[in-house]
Amino acid sequence: MEQPMLRGQEVKFRYEPDSPTWAVDGVSLDVQKGEFVAVLGANGCGKSTLAKHFNAILLPETGTVLVEGMDTRIEEKLYDIRQRVGMVFQNPDNQIVATVVEEDVAFALENLGVPTEEMRGRVDDAMRMAGIYEKREKAPHKLSGGQKQRVAIAGVIAMRPDCLVLDEATAMLDPRGREAVMQTIRRLNREFGISVVAITHYMEEAAQADRVLVMSGGRIVMEGTPKQVFSQTARVRSYRLDVPQAAELRDELVKAGLPLPEGIITPNECAEALFALLREPGSCQ
Amino acid sequence: MLSDITIGQHFPGDSVVHRCDPRLKIIVTIAYIVVLFMAANPLGIALSLGLLALLYGVAKIPYRLILKSLKPILPVILFTSILNLFFITGEGTPLFHWWIFTIYPAGVRYAVLMSVRVVALIAGTSLLTYTTSPIVLTDAIESLLRPFAKLHLPVHELAMMMTIALRFIPTLIDETQKIMNAQKARGAKLDNGKFTERIQALIPILIPLFISAFRRADELAMAMECRCYHGGEGRTRLKNLKFTKTDLLCGVVAALLLGCVLATRLLVPGL
Repeated sequence: MEQPMLRGQEVKFRYEPDSPTWAVDGVSLDVQKGEFVAVLGANGCGKSTLAKHFNAILLPETGTVLVEGMDTRIEEKLYDIRQRVGMVFQNPDNQIVATVVEEDVAFALENLGVPTEEMRGRVDDAMRMAGIYEKREKAPHKLSGGQKQRVAIAGVIAMRPDCLVLDEATAMLDPRGREAVMQTIRRLNREFGISVVAITHYMEEAAQADRVLVMSGGRIVMEGTPKQVFSQTARVRSYRLDVPQAAELRDELVKAGLPLPEGIITPNECAEALFALLREPGSCQ
Repeated sequence: MLSDITIGQHFPGDSVVHRCDPRLKIIVTIAYIVVLFMAANPLGIALSLGLLALLYGVAKIPYRLILKSLKPILPVILFTSILNLFFITGEGTPLFHWWIFTIYPAGVRYAVLMSVRVVALIAGTSLLTYTTSPIVLTDAIESLLRPFAKLHLPVHELAMMMTIALRFIPTLIDETQKIMNAQKARGAKLDNGKFTERIQALIPILIPLFISAFRRADELAMAMECRCYHGGEGRTRLKNLKFTKTDLLCGVVAALLLGCVLATRLLVPGL
Protein backbone atom coordinates (compact mmCIF):
# COMPACT_ATOMS: atom_id res chain seq x y z
CA MET A 1 0.00 0.00 0.00
CA GLU A 2 1.16 3.52 -0.75
CA GLN A 3 2.64 5.48 2.08
CA PRO A 4 0.45 8.27 3.41
CA MET A 5 1.70 11.83 2.90
CA LEU A 6 1.47 12.60 6.58
CA ARG A 7 0.87 10.25 9.45
CA GLY A 8 0.48 11.27 13.08
CA GLN A 9 0.41 8.54 15.71
CA GLU A 10 -0.82 9.46 19.17
CA VAL A 11 0.90 12.86 18.91
CA LYS A 12 1.09 14.67 22.24
CA PHE A 13 2.64 18.08 22.75
CA ARG A 14 2.68 20.80 25.40
CA TYR A 15 4.53 24.10 25.40
CA GLU A 16 5.77 23.88 29.00
CA PRO A 17 7.33 20.59 30.11
CA ASP A 18 5.28 20.45 33.32
CA SER A 19 2.10 22.08 32.13
CA PRO A 20 -0.99 20.08 33.07
CA THR A 21 -2.74 20.81 29.76
CA TRP A 22 -1.64 19.40 26.43
CA ALA A 23 -1.82 21.67 23.40
CA VAL A 24 -2.11 18.55 21.27
CA ASP A 25 -3.51 15.66 23.23
CA GLY A 26 -3.09 12.36 21.44
CA VAL A 27 -3.90 13.03 17.82
CA SER A 28 -3.70 10.27 15.22
CA LEU A 29 -4.36 11.04 11.61
CA ASP A 30 -3.40 10.17 8.06
CA VAL A 31 -3.33 12.53 5.14
CA GLN A 32 -3.18 10.75 1.79
CA LYS A 33 -1.30 11.99 -1.25
CA GLY A 34 -3.37 14.49 -3.21
CA GLU A 35 -5.92 14.86 -0.47
CA PHE A 36 -7.38 18.20 0.64
CA VAL A 37 -8.00 18.18 4.38
CA ALA A 38 -9.47 21.08 6.32
CA VAL A 39 -8.84 21.36 10.05
CA LEU A 40 -11.40 23.34 12.01
CA GLY A 41 -11.54 24.35 15.60
CA ALA A 42 -12.14 27.25 17.95
CA ASN A 43 -9.23 29.42 19.13
CA GLY A 44 -6.73 27.54 21.25
CA CYS A 45 -7.91 24.08 20.23
CA GLY A 46 -4.40 23.08 19.16
CA LYS A 47 -4.84 23.14 15.42
CA SER A 48 -1.93 25.50 14.72
CA THR A 49 0.27 23.56 17.11
CA LEU A 50 -0.61 20.37 15.27
CA ALA A 51 0.20 22.02 11.92
CA LYS A 52 3.68 22.94 13.12
CA HIS A 53 4.35 19.24 13.71
CA PHE A 54 3.97 18.45 10.03
CA ASN A 55 7.30 19.96 9.01
CA ALA A 56 9.29 19.50 12.18
CA ILE A 57 8.99 23.06 13.48
CA LEU A 58 7.70 21.37 16.64
CA LEU A 59 8.50 17.82 17.66
CA PRO A 60 5.98 15.69 19.52
CA GLU A 61 6.65 14.95 23.18
CA THR A 62 5.26 11.46 22.74
CA GLY A 63 4.01 9.74 19.62
CA THR A 64 5.43 10.14 16.14
CA VAL A 65 4.87 12.20 13.05
CA LEU A 66 5.88 10.61 9.75
CA VAL A 67 6.25 12.61 6.56
CA GLU A 68 6.25 10.16 3.65
CA GLY A 69 7.57 7.61 6.10
CA MET A 70 10.32 9.87 7.52
CA ASP A 71 10.19 10.48 11.24
CA THR A 72 10.33 14.24 11.93
CA ARG A 73 12.65 13.52 14.85
CA ILE A 74 15.49 12.39 12.59
CA GLU A 75 17.68 15.44 12.22
CA GLU A 76 19.40 14.42 8.99
CA LYS A 77 16.02 14.33 7.26
CA LEU A 78 15.05 17.83 8.45
CA TYR A 79 15.57 19.64 5.13
CA ASP A 80 14.06 16.74 3.19
CA ILE A 81 10.97 17.00 5.32
CA ARG A 82 10.73 20.77 5.08
CA GLN A 83 11.16 20.63 1.34
CA ARG A 84 8.29 18.14 1.02
CA VAL A 85 5.93 19.89 3.37
CA GLY A 86 5.66 23.59 2.65
CA MET A 87 4.08 25.82 5.22
CA VAL A 88 2.23 29.08 4.72
CA PHE A 89 1.37 31.24 7.72
CA GLN A 90 -1.28 33.76 8.54
CA ASN A 91 0.51 37.07 8.11
CA PRO A 92 1.96 37.42 4.62
CA ASP A 93 4.11 40.37 5.70
CA ASN A 94 6.06 38.25 8.14
CA GLN A 95 6.98 35.49 5.70
CA ILE A 96 8.45 37.48 2.87
CA VAL A 97 12.20 37.85 3.21
CA ALA A 98 13.42 39.63 0.10
CA THR A 99 12.69 43.08 -1.29
CA VAL A 100 11.66 41.85 -4.76
CA VAL A 101 8.95 39.26 -5.43
CA GLU A 102 11.05 36.93 -7.59
CA GLU A 103 13.96 37.04 -5.16
CA ASP A 104 11.65 36.01 -2.38
CA VAL A 105 10.24 33.13 -4.40
CA ALA A 106 13.84 32.05 -5.01
CA PHE A 107 14.73 32.20 -1.31
CA ALA A 108 14.04 28.55 -0.52
CA LEU A 109 15.86 27.39 -3.65
CA GLU A 110 18.85 29.53 -2.76
CA ASN A 111 18.88 27.89 0.65
CA LEU A 112 18.71 24.43 -0.88
CA GLY A 113 21.64 25.23 -3.15
CA VAL A 114 19.77 24.75 -6.43
CA PRO A 115 22.07 25.75 -9.33
CA THR A 116 21.37 29.22 -10.74
CA GLU A 117 20.49 27.91 -14.24
CA GLU A 118 17.82 25.58 -12.87
CA MET A 119 16.53 28.13 -10.38
CA ARG A 120 15.26 30.64 -12.95
CA GLY A 121 12.85 28.11 -14.45
CA ARG A 122 11.58 26.83 -11.13
CA VAL A 123 10.99 30.34 -9.84
CA ASP A 124 9.08 31.30 -12.98
CA ASP A 125 7.01 28.10 -12.78
CA ALA A 126 6.17 28.71 -9.13
CA MET A 127 5.16 32.31 -9.82
CA ARG A 128 2.92 31.19 -12.71
CA MET A 129 1.33 28.48 -10.57
CA ALA A 130 0.51 31.03 -7.89
CA GLY A 131 -0.63 33.58 -10.45
CA ILE A 132 1.80 36.34 -9.55
CA TYR A 133 4.16 36.14 -12.52
CA GLU A 134 3.18 39.64 -13.66
CA LYS A 135 4.27 41.05 -10.30
CA ARG A 136 7.70 39.42 -10.30
CA GLU A 137 9.68 42.64 -10.24
CA LYS A 138 7.52 44.48 -7.73
CA ALA A 139 8.41 45.21 -4.13
CA PRO A 140 6.30 43.07 -1.78
CA HIS A 141 5.05 46.02 0.24
CA LYS A 142 3.41 47.45 -2.90
CA LEU A 143 1.15 44.39 -3.27
CA SER A 144 -2.27 43.70 -1.77
CA GLY A 145 -2.69 41.17 1.04
CA GLY A 146 -3.97 38.46 -1.29
CA GLN A 147 -1.11 39.01 -3.71
CA LYS A 148 1.43 38.94 -0.88
CA GLN A 149 -0.02 35.67 0.38
CA ARG A 150 0.29 34.22 -3.11
CA VAL A 151 3.92 35.35 -3.17
CA ALA A 152 4.37 33.40 0.06
CA ILE A 153 2.69 30.37 -1.53
CA ALA A 154 4.90 30.68 -4.62
CA GLY A 155 7.95 30.84 -2.33
CA VAL A 156 6.89 27.53 -0.83
CA ILE A 157 5.84 25.70 -4.00
CA ALA A 158 9.13 26.64 -5.67
CA MET A 159 10.55 23.86 -3.46
CA ARG A 160 8.15 21.49 -5.29
CA PRO A 161 6.62 20.15 -2.10
CA ASP A 162 4.22 17.23 -2.05
CA CYS A 163 2.12 18.82 0.65
CA LEU A 164 1.09 22.33 1.55
CA VAL A 165 0.15 23.18 5.13
CA LEU A 166 -1.81 26.42 5.41
CA ASP A 167 -1.99 27.83 8.91
CA GLU A 168 -4.97 30.17 8.61
CA ALA A 169 -3.42 31.49 5.44
CA THR A 170 -6.53 33.43 4.47
CA ALA A 171 -7.42 34.83 7.89
CA MET A 172 -5.96 38.30 7.32
CA LEU A 173 -7.23 38.80 3.79
CA ASP A 174 -10.24 40.63 2.43
CA PRO A 175 -12.92 38.49 0.73
CA ARG A 176 -11.52 39.04 -2.74
CA GLY A 177 -7.95 38.21 -1.71
CA ARG A 178 -9.22 35.16 0.14
CA GLU A 179 -11.05 33.90 -2.93
CA ALA A 180 -7.95 34.38 -5.11
CA VAL A 181 -5.78 32.50 -2.63
CA MET A 182 -8.31 29.67 -2.29
CA GLN A 183 -8.56 29.36 -6.06
CA THR A 184 -4.78 29.08 -6.26
CA ILE A 185 -4.76 26.42 -3.56
CA ARG A 186 -7.56 24.40 -5.19
CA ARG A 187 -5.71 24.53 -8.49
CA LEU A 188 -2.46 23.34 -6.89
CA ASN A 189 -4.40 20.51 -5.29
CA ARG A 190 -6.33 19.39 -8.39
CA GLU A 191 -3.91 20.04 -11.22
CA PHE A 192 -0.62 19.30 -9.53
CA GLY A 193 -1.78 16.75 -6.99
CA ILE A 194 -0.27 18.58 -4.03
CA SER A 195 -1.84 17.47 -0.76
CA VAL A 196 -3.29 20.35 1.22
CA VAL A 197 -3.86 20.63 4.95
CA ALA A 198 -5.78 23.86 5.48
CA ILE A 199 -6.29 25.15 8.97
CA THR A 200 -9.10 27.62 8.78
CA HIS A 201 -11.86 29.51 10.48
CA TYR A 202 -13.95 29.81 7.36
CA MET A 203 -16.58 27.13 6.96
CA GLU A 204 -17.04 27.95 3.29
CA GLU A 205 -13.39 27.07 2.74
CA ALA A 206 -13.68 23.85 4.72
CA ALA A 207 -16.74 22.89 2.67
CA GLN A 208 -14.49 22.64 -0.42
CA ALA A 209 -12.18 20.09 1.19
CA ASP A 210 -12.22 16.31 0.66
CA ARG A 211 -12.23 15.71 4.38
CA VAL A 212 -12.87 17.85 7.45
CA LEU A 213 -11.37 17.38 10.90
CA VAL A 214 -12.76 19.23 13.87
CA MET A 215 -10.45 19.75 16.83
CA SER A 216 -11.31 20.67 20.36
CA GLY A 217 -9.11 20.61 23.44
CA GLY A 218 -6.15 19.21 21.51
CA ARG A 219 -8.07 16.21 20.15
CA ILE A 220 -9.81 15.39 16.92
CA VAL A 221 -13.49 15.23 17.83
CA MET A 222 -15.17 14.98 14.44
CA GLU A 223 -14.00 13.63 11.14
CA GLY A 224 -15.58 13.01 7.79
CA THR A 225 -16.52 14.53 4.47
CA PRO A 226 -17.79 18.12 4.69
CA LYS A 227 -21.32 16.77 4.19
CA GLN A 228 -21.04 14.30 7.04
CA VAL A 229 -19.58 16.85 9.40
CA PHE A 230 -21.69 19.88 8.59
CA SER A 231 -25.01 18.03 8.57
CA GLN A 232 -24.53 17.58 12.30
CA THR A 233 -25.13 21.27 12.87
CA ALA A 234 -25.85 21.01 16.59
CA ARG A 235 -22.69 19.05 17.29
CA VAL A 236 -20.52 21.40 15.21
CA ARG A 237 -21.96 24.35 17.14
CA SER A 238 -21.19 22.66 20.43
CA TYR A 239 -17.48 23.01 19.56
CA ARG A 240 -17.97 26.77 19.22
CA LEU A 241 -17.90 26.64 15.44
CA ASP A 242 -20.31 27.90 12.83
CA VAL A 243 -21.68 25.81 10.02
CA PRO A 244 -21.76 27.03 6.42
CA GLN A 245 -24.62 29.40 5.77
CA ALA A 246 -26.31 26.97 3.38
CA ALA A 247 -26.38 24.26 6.07
CA GLU A 248 -27.74 26.74 8.55
CA LEU A 249 -30.50 27.80 6.18
CA ARG A 250 -31.40 24.16 5.50
CA ASP A 251 -31.61 23.55 9.25
CA GLU A 252 -33.92 26.48 9.84
CA LEU A 253 -36.14 25.48 6.92
CA VAL A 254 -36.40 21.91 8.22
CA LYS A 255 -37.34 23.29 11.62
CA ALA A 256 -40.04 25.35 9.90
CA GLY A 257 -41.41 22.15 8.43
CA LEU A 258 -39.95 21.95 4.95
CA PRO A 259 -38.78 18.49 3.84
CA LEU A 260 -35.24 19.27 2.70
CA PRO A 261 -32.68 16.50 2.24
CA GLU A 262 -29.61 16.15 4.46
CA GLY A 263 -26.08 17.07 3.47
CA ILE A 264 -26.66 20.51 2.01
CA ILE A 265 -23.57 22.61 2.54
CA THR A 266 -22.98 24.79 -0.48
CA PRO A 267 -25.22 27.60 -1.79
CA ASN A 268 -25.67 25.72 -5.07
CA GLU A 269 -26.89 22.55 -3.40
CA CYS A 270 -29.23 24.59 -1.29
CA ALA A 271 -30.62 26.40 -4.33
CA GLU A 272 -31.12 23.13 -6.21
CA ALA A 273 -32.92 21.52 -3.31
CA LEU A 274 -35.21 24.51 -2.94
CA PHE A 275 -35.84 24.57 -6.67
CA ALA A 276 -36.78 20.88 -6.64
CA LEU A 277 -39.05 21.51 -3.70
CA LEU A 278 -40.82 24.41 -5.40
CA ARG A 279 -41.39 22.42 -8.59
CA GLU A 280 -43.00 19.57 -6.70
CA PRO A 281 -46.72 20.24 -6.89
CA GLY A 282 -48.41 20.66 -3.56
CA SER A 283 -45.27 20.75 -1.46
CA CYS A 284 -45.63 24.43 -0.70
CA GLN A 285 -48.87 26.20 -0.22
CA MET B 1 4.91 62.36 6.30
CA LEU B 2 6.71 59.21 7.43
CA SER B 3 6.44 57.50 4.10
CA ASP B 4 8.72 60.18 2.63
CA ILE B 5 11.65 58.64 4.42
CA THR B 6 13.78 56.62 2.06
CA ILE B 7 17.15 55.25 2.88
CA GLY B 8 19.70 55.43 0.12
CA GLN B 9 17.44 57.14 -2.40
CA HIS B 10 17.48 55.43 -5.70
CA PHE B 11 16.62 56.99 -9.05
CA PRO B 12 16.09 54.17 -11.54
CA GLY B 13 17.52 54.79 -14.98
CA ASP B 14 19.20 53.09 -17.87
CA SER B 15 22.48 54.98 -18.21
CA VAL B 16 25.95 53.46 -18.28
CA VAL B 17 26.38 54.56 -14.68
CA HIS B 18 23.19 52.73 -13.69
CA ARG B 19 24.01 49.54 -15.53
CA CYS B 20 27.59 49.35 -14.35
CA ASP B 21 28.53 46.45 -12.07
CA PRO B 22 27.72 47.62 -8.53
CA ARG B 23 30.98 46.19 -7.20
CA LEU B 24 32.90 48.35 -9.64
CA LYS B 25 30.86 51.36 -8.57
CA ILE B 26 31.68 50.78 -4.91
CA ILE B 27 35.38 50.38 -5.63
CA VAL B 28 35.45 53.47 -7.84
CA THR B 29 33.62 55.46 -5.18
CA ILE B 30 36.17 54.43 -2.57
CA ALA B 31 39.01 55.24 -4.96
CA TYR B 32 37.40 58.60 -5.65
CA ILE B 33 37.31 59.41 -1.92
CA VAL B 34 40.97 58.44 -1.57
CA VAL B 35 41.97 60.56 -4.55
CA LEU B 36 39.95 63.45 -3.21
CA PHE B 37 42.02 63.47 -0.06
CA MET B 38 45.34 62.72 -1.68
CA ALA B 39 45.04 65.33 -4.41
CA ALA B 40 44.47 68.25 -2.10
CA ASN B 41 45.64 70.82 -4.65
CA PRO B 42 43.08 73.22 -6.20
CA LEU B 43 43.59 71.84 -9.72
CA GLY B 44 43.08 68.26 -8.54
CA ILE B 45 39.92 69.16 -6.70
CA ALA B 46 38.61 71.17 -9.63
CA LEU B 47 39.23 68.21 -11.92
CA SER B 48 37.53 65.76 -9.57
CA LEU B 49 34.53 68.10 -9.38
CA GLY B 50 34.45 68.19 -13.17
CA LEU B 51 34.56 64.40 -13.27
CA LEU B 52 31.68 64.23 -10.86
CA ALA B 53 29.63 66.71 -12.90
CA LEU B 54 30.27 64.57 -15.97
CA LEU B 55 29.07 61.40 -14.21
CA TYR B 56 25.94 63.12 -12.94
CA GLY B 57 25.31 64.30 -16.49
CA VAL B 58 25.77 60.81 -17.95
CA ALA B 59 23.50 59.29 -15.28
CA LYS B 60 20.93 62.05 -15.93
CA ILE B 61 20.62 62.76 -12.22
CA PRO B 62 19.47 66.38 -11.73
CA TYR B 63 22.17 68.52 -10.12
CA ARG B 64 19.74 70.02 -7.63
CA LEU B 65 19.69 66.63 -5.90
CA ILE B 66 23.28 67.34 -4.84
CA LEU B 67 22.04 70.38 -2.93
CA LYS B 68 19.34 68.24 -1.34
CA SER B 69 21.85 65.65 -0.18
CA LEU B 70 24.14 68.39 1.16
CA LYS B 71 21.43 69.98 3.27
CA PRO B 72 21.82 67.79 6.37
CA ILE B 73 25.59 68.22 6.58
CA LEU B 74 25.65 71.95 5.78
CA PRO B 75 26.13 72.89 9.46
CA VAL B 76 29.12 70.56 9.66
CA ILE B 77 30.70 72.12 6.59
CA LEU B 78 30.11 75.63 7.90
CA PHE B 79 31.44 74.77 11.33
CA THR B 80 34.65 73.18 10.07
CA SER B 81 35.34 75.93 7.57
CA ILE B 82 34.92 78.61 10.24
CA LEU B 83 37.28 76.71 12.52
CA ASN B 84 39.78 76.34 9.70
CA LEU B 85 39.42 79.99 8.84
CA PHE B 86 40.48 81.14 12.30
CA PHE B 87 42.80 78.44 13.50
CA ILE B 88 45.08 77.89 10.52
CA THR B 89 48.08 80.10 10.95
CA GLY B 90 50.27 80.77 7.97
CA GLU B 91 53.08 82.94 6.79
CA GLY B 92 52.64 86.43 5.43
CA THR B 93 50.50 89.22 6.68
CA PRO B 94 47.14 88.41 8.17
CA LEU B 95 44.18 89.45 6.07
CA PHE B 96 42.14 90.36 9.07
CA HIS B 97 42.89 90.94 12.69
CA TRP B 98 40.49 91.79 15.49
CA TRP B 99 40.90 91.00 19.20
CA ILE B 100 41.93 87.33 19.31
CA PHE B 101 40.74 86.57 15.76
CA THR B 102 43.26 86.50 12.96
CA ILE B 103 42.70 85.25 9.42
CA TYR B 104 45.64 84.27 7.26
CA PRO B 105 45.49 83.64 3.51
CA ALA B 106 46.42 80.01 4.18
CA GLY B 107 43.37 79.71 6.42
CA VAL B 108 41.06 80.92 3.67
CA ARG B 109 42.61 78.60 1.15
CA TYR B 110 42.35 75.64 3.47
CA ALA B 111 38.78 76.42 4.52
CA VAL B 112 37.59 76.68 0.91
CA LEU B 113 39.42 73.55 -0.22
CA MET B 114 38.17 71.58 2.73
CA SER B 115 34.52 72.47 2.20
CA VAL B 116 34.70 71.83 -1.54
CA ARG B 117 36.26 68.48 -0.80
CA VAL B 118 33.50 67.52 1.62
CA VAL B 119 30.88 68.62 -0.91
CA ALA B 120 32.55 66.47 -3.59
CA LEU B 121 32.70 63.57 -1.14
CA ILE B 122 28.99 63.71 -0.36
CA ALA B 123 28.01 64.24 -3.98
CA GLY B 124 30.21 61.33 -5.05
CA THR B 125 28.85 58.84 -2.55
CA SER B 126 25.29 60.02 -3.23
CA LEU B 127 25.79 59.22 -6.89
CA LEU B 128 26.40 55.62 -5.88
CA THR B 129 23.10 55.33 -4.00
CA TYR B 130 21.21 57.36 -6.62
CA THR B 131 22.18 54.99 -9.40
CA THR B 132 22.20 51.66 -7.52
CA SER B 133 19.15 50.03 -5.93
CA PRO B 134 19.65 49.01 -2.28
CA ILE B 135 19.19 45.33 -3.14
CA VAL B 136 21.90 45.38 -5.76
CA LEU B 137 24.09 47.34 -3.39
CA THR B 138 23.63 44.68 -0.71
CA ASP B 139 24.55 41.95 -3.19
CA ALA B 140 27.64 43.89 -4.18
CA ILE B 141 28.72 44.41 -0.58
CA GLU B 142 28.27 40.72 0.11
CA SER B 143 30.27 39.82 -2.95
CA LEU B 144 33.06 42.28 -2.16
CA LEU B 145 33.32 41.17 1.45
CA ARG B 146 33.27 37.47 0.62
CA PRO B 147 37.07 37.06 0.91
CA PHE B 148 36.76 38.21 4.54
CA ALA B 149 34.46 35.29 5.34
CA LYS B 150 37.64 33.23 5.65
CA LEU B 151 38.56 35.46 8.58
CA HIS B 152 35.23 34.48 10.20
CA LEU B 153 33.60 37.78 9.37
CA PRO B 154 29.86 36.95 9.17
CA VAL B 155 29.50 38.30 5.62
CA HIS B 156 26.38 36.39 4.63
CA GLU B 157 24.67 37.23 7.91
CA LEU B 158 25.41 40.93 7.45
CA ALA B 159 24.00 40.90 3.94
CA MET B 160 20.92 38.99 5.12
CA MET B 161 20.40 41.50 7.90
CA MET B 162 20.62 44.37 5.45
CA THR B 163 18.14 42.71 3.10
CA ILE B 164 15.66 42.05 5.89
CA ALA B 165 16.07 45.60 7.19
CA LEU B 166 15.38 46.99 3.73
CA ARG B 167 12.41 44.68 3.35
CA PHE B 168 10.87 45.71 6.68
CA ILE B 169 11.47 49.46 6.60
CA PRO B 170 8.26 50.19 4.66
CA THR B 171 6.30 47.68 6.76
CA LEU B 172 7.44 49.21 10.04
CA ILE B 173 6.90 52.77 8.80
CA ASP B 174 3.35 51.77 7.95
CA GLU B 175 2.94 50.26 11.36
CA THR B 176 4.34 53.35 13.11
CA GLN B 177 1.77 55.44 11.29
CA LYS B 178 -1.01 53.09 12.42
CA ILE B 179 0.16 53.14 16.04
CA MET B 180 0.43 56.93 15.97
CA ASN B 181 -3.12 57.20 14.67
CA ALA B 182 -4.33 54.74 17.29
CA GLN B 183 -2.66 56.72 20.07
CA LYS B 184 -3.99 59.99 18.69
CA ALA B 185 -7.47 58.48 18.70
CA ARG B 186 -6.92 57.79 22.40
CA GLY B 187 -6.02 61.43 22.97
CA ALA B 188 -2.22 61.39 22.71
CA LYS B 189 -0.71 64.75 21.82
CA LEU B 190 2.19 64.05 19.52
CA ASP B 191 2.67 67.26 17.58
CA ASN B 192 2.74 69.97 20.21
CA GLY B 193 4.07 70.56 23.66
CA LYS B 194 7.51 71.17 25.04
CA PHE B 195 10.50 69.21 23.79
CA THR B 196 10.53 66.88 26.81
CA GLU B 197 6.78 66.31 26.47
CA ARG B 198 7.17 65.36 22.86
CA ILE B 199 9.92 62.91 23.71
CA GLN B 200 7.69 61.39 26.38
CA ALA B 201 4.85 61.15 23.88
CA LEU B 202 7.03 58.85 21.79
CA ILE B 203 7.11 56.16 24.47
CA PRO B 204 3.57 54.88 23.80
CA ILE B 205 4.50 54.65 20.13
CA LEU B 206 7.85 52.96 20.51
CA ILE B 207 6.78 50.25 22.96
CA PRO B 208 4.04 48.76 20.75
CA LEU B 209 6.30 49.16 17.75
CA PHE B 210 9.08 47.19 19.43
CA ILE B 211 6.74 44.46 20.62
CA SER B 212 5.31 44.04 17.18
CA ALA B 213 8.77 44.07 15.61
CA PHE B 214 9.84 41.24 17.90
CA ARG B 215 6.71 39.28 17.07
CA ARG B 216 7.36 39.80 13.38
CA ALA B 217 10.97 38.69 13.83
CA ASP B 218 9.79 35.53 15.52
CA GLU B 219 7.34 34.67 12.75
CA LEU B 220 9.83 35.56 10.04
CA ALA B 221 12.43 33.30 11.62
CA MET B 222 9.93 30.44 11.59
CA ALA B 223 8.93 31.12 7.98
CA MET B 224 12.61 31.17 7.01
CA GLU B 225 13.20 27.86 8.77
CA CYS B 226 10.23 26.39 6.91
CA ARG B 227 11.99 27.34 3.72
CA CYS B 228 15.10 25.46 4.77
CA TYR B 229 17.20 28.49 5.70
CA HIS B 230 20.40 27.37 7.41
CA GLY B 231 22.86 30.20 7.02
CA GLY B 232 25.09 31.07 4.13
CA GLU B 233 26.69 27.67 3.69
CA GLY B 234 25.99 26.01 0.35
CA ARG B 235 23.71 28.78 -0.74
CA THR B 236 23.25 29.64 -4.41
CA ARG B 237 21.78 32.83 -5.83
CA LEU B 238 19.03 33.54 -8.34
CA LYS B 239 20.97 36.40 -9.82
CA ASN B 240 24.71 36.36 -9.86
CA LEU B 241 26.56 39.59 -10.47
CA LYS B 242 28.36 39.47 -13.79
CA PHE B 243 31.41 41.53 -14.59
CA THR B 244 31.03 42.29 -18.31
CA LYS B 245 33.38 43.76 -20.88
CA THR B 246 31.59 47.12 -20.59
CA ASP B 247 32.29 47.03 -16.87
CA LEU B 248 35.94 46.37 -17.55
CA LEU B 249 36.02 49.32 -19.95
CA CYS B 250 34.29 51.56 -17.40
CA GLY B 251 36.77 50.46 -14.77
CA VAL B 252 39.73 51.27 -16.97
CA VAL B 253 38.32 54.68 -17.88
CA ALA B 254 37.61 55.46 -14.24
CA ALA B 255 41.11 54.38 -13.22
CA LEU B 256 42.66 56.58 -15.95
CA LEU B 257 40.60 59.62 -14.99
CA LEU B 258 41.33 59.25 -11.29
CA GLY B 259 44.97 58.65 -12.18
CA CYS B 260 45.02 61.95 -14.09
CA VAL B 261 43.58 63.79 -11.09
CA LEU B 262 46.22 62.26 -8.86
CA ALA B 263 48.96 63.08 -11.37
CA THR B 264 48.17 66.80 -11.23
CA ARG B 265 49.28 66.76 -7.64
CA LEU B 266 52.68 65.36 -8.54
CA LEU B 267 53.24 67.13 -11.85
CA VAL B 268 51.97 70.61 -11.01
CA PRO B 269 52.26 70.81 -7.22
CA GLY B 270 52.08 74.60 -7.32
CA LEU B 271 48.49 74.68 -8.45
